[in-house]
Amino acid sequence: MKRSITRLLMAPSVLLLLAWMLVPLSMTIYFSTINYNLLYPGRNNFVGWMNFEFFITDPGFWIAISNTLILLISVLLITVVLGVALSALIDKPFFGRNVVRVLLISPFFIMPTVNALIWKNMMMNPVYGIFAWISQSFGLEPIDWLSDYPLMSIIIMVSWQWLPFAILVFVTALQSQDTEQKEAAQMDGANGWHIFRYLTVPHLARPIAVVVMIETIFLLAVFAEIYVSTGGGPGYDSTNIAYLIYNQALLQYDVGVASAGGLFAVLLANIVAFFLIRAVGKNLTV
Amino acid sequence: MTLTQQRKLKTLLVGLASWCVALLLFFPIFWMFITSFKTELQAISVPPQLFFEPTLENFTVVQERSDYLKHAWNSVVTSFGATILALIIAIPAAYSMAFFPGKRTKDILLWMLSTKMLPAVGVLVPIYILSRDYGLLDSKLGLVIIFTLMNLPIIVWMLFSYFKDLPKEILEAARMDGATPWDEMIKVVLPLSVGGIASTGLLSIVLCWNEAFWSLNLTASEAAPLTAMIASYSSPEGLFWAKLSAASTLACAPIVIFGWFCQKQLVQGLTFGAVK
Repeated sequence: MKRSITRLLMAPSVLLLLAWMLVPLSMTIYFSTINYNLLYPGRNNFVGWMNFEFFITDPGFWIAISNTLILLISVLLITVVLGVALSALIDKPFFGRNVVRVLLISPFFIMPTVNALIWKNMMMNPVYGIFAWISQSFGLEPIDWLSDYPLMSIIIMVSWQWLPFAILVFVTALQSQDTEQKEAAQMDGANGWHIFRYLTVPHLARPIAVVVMIETIFLLAVFAEIYVSTGGGPGYDSTNIAYLIYNQALLQYDVGVASAGGLFAVLLANIVAFFLIRAVGKNLTV
Repeated sequence: MTLTQQRKLKTLLVGLASWCVALLLFFPIFWMFITSFKTELQAISVPPQLFFEPTLENFTVVQERSDYLKHAWNSVVTSFGATILALIIAIPAAYSMAFFPGKRTKDILLWMLSTKMLPAVGVLVPIYILSRDYGLLDSKLGLVIIFTLMNLPIIVWMLFSYFKDLPKEILEAARMDGATPWDEMIKVVLPLSVGGIASTGLLSIVLCWNEAFWSLNLTASEAAPLTAMIASYSSPEGLFWAKLSAASTLACAPIVIFGWFCQKQLVQGLTFGAVK
């Protein structure tokens, strides 16, 4: 009796998520095996593996995979390392600490499209941007960030967005650190670095795991920043998997190939998720 | 130098360093904000101008050119609508998992989280086609449905971790008094976890407000929320930085201020209560 009620309460969430997962996924699988271009309707014959072949042999395919992974790993490294360092920096009270906190976390609330536009125009523009002005003040040639270092530009934008999240989580975690333990270590003659290395960093293991997991979910799917700033270019230099598929589906109207690409994205995410959820699942108390 | 002096100096240095980093990270936002009060000519002047006579003209132009208020309204409707809907669906599920856990509860929770791992782009095509076939393309209702499903796993997780922390004795007392599970949820659990539900809602609103993938791909002029409206300013022709900044400031201000007030709850939310 009690059992059936609890099942009933869970049913809407479980069924909706099941549908949200299975219906589009099975449609994607089906589309990926047929010839389906929105420009040529009515020619939806079965083509087997052709769409997959087409997607894999796309000149951008391997570049997109490597860009996706480079983006993921770089942003994770930047945000976790800087996040730990900065949260340790602002852990102790100082003048105006609350204001500093508010300033530090603000980029997290900026929407991705705005983020990309600010950086693309006002920071990285080679003629009028702030970076160009700084280079010129030092007598250097301004860098055309988006054309010369497109992927790095995207990494900067995305890291700027996610660093505050890491800081916020680590600051919160540091507050629960045992101060007595730290004082005891100090008494025993440990210096600041030792305390940081042997007490603070281990204490942050779990928050780091959480940050890595949440960021990975969002970083594998970076789209708006690329869409607004570089458009995946020049060439394929800043195209990731998400953008490559978008390109196939909505710009070339090739649903079949885009679906095949979508399945690759799912596969890639699953490989990453398999390791992540295993590692992090242990860390989350249920 | 005495020890207290040394300590004071250290605090001062830490403070200075923190302020420098914070100002550096905040600078792009600050710059966007002040550029929105410049004329187009001042906006692209080299060297950049820090002092100038502010104008409000950009804001009126943005309203006229892209109907800011309509898109802001779309953002409000979709993020609040999706949040409320998702809470209604998620509360019973989280409640039953937190208070009547079975053998499979942990598996179900992890499975839900894994649906978040499914990249949106993998299902873009079918969702696009389904939306088109059911007339949900470029409609607020379509976005509300997608946002609800998109955030449902996170919302269930968050609520679950809040409910789990409630004292079990209160529930047992209620059960002794003959309360049914439904009564328990409505009359005991909900009033006790208003704070948790509120922060879950806040997080969901922030995530919906800033969501860009679905809103860029599924909406056009009618239902486009602010994220999509801003993207229309990315056109390369002409330099409209002042107007772009004004539009961006208007789009971000509500949620940034909102975020300042509830940063604590957001951390707990985003980390599923694993970091306190």
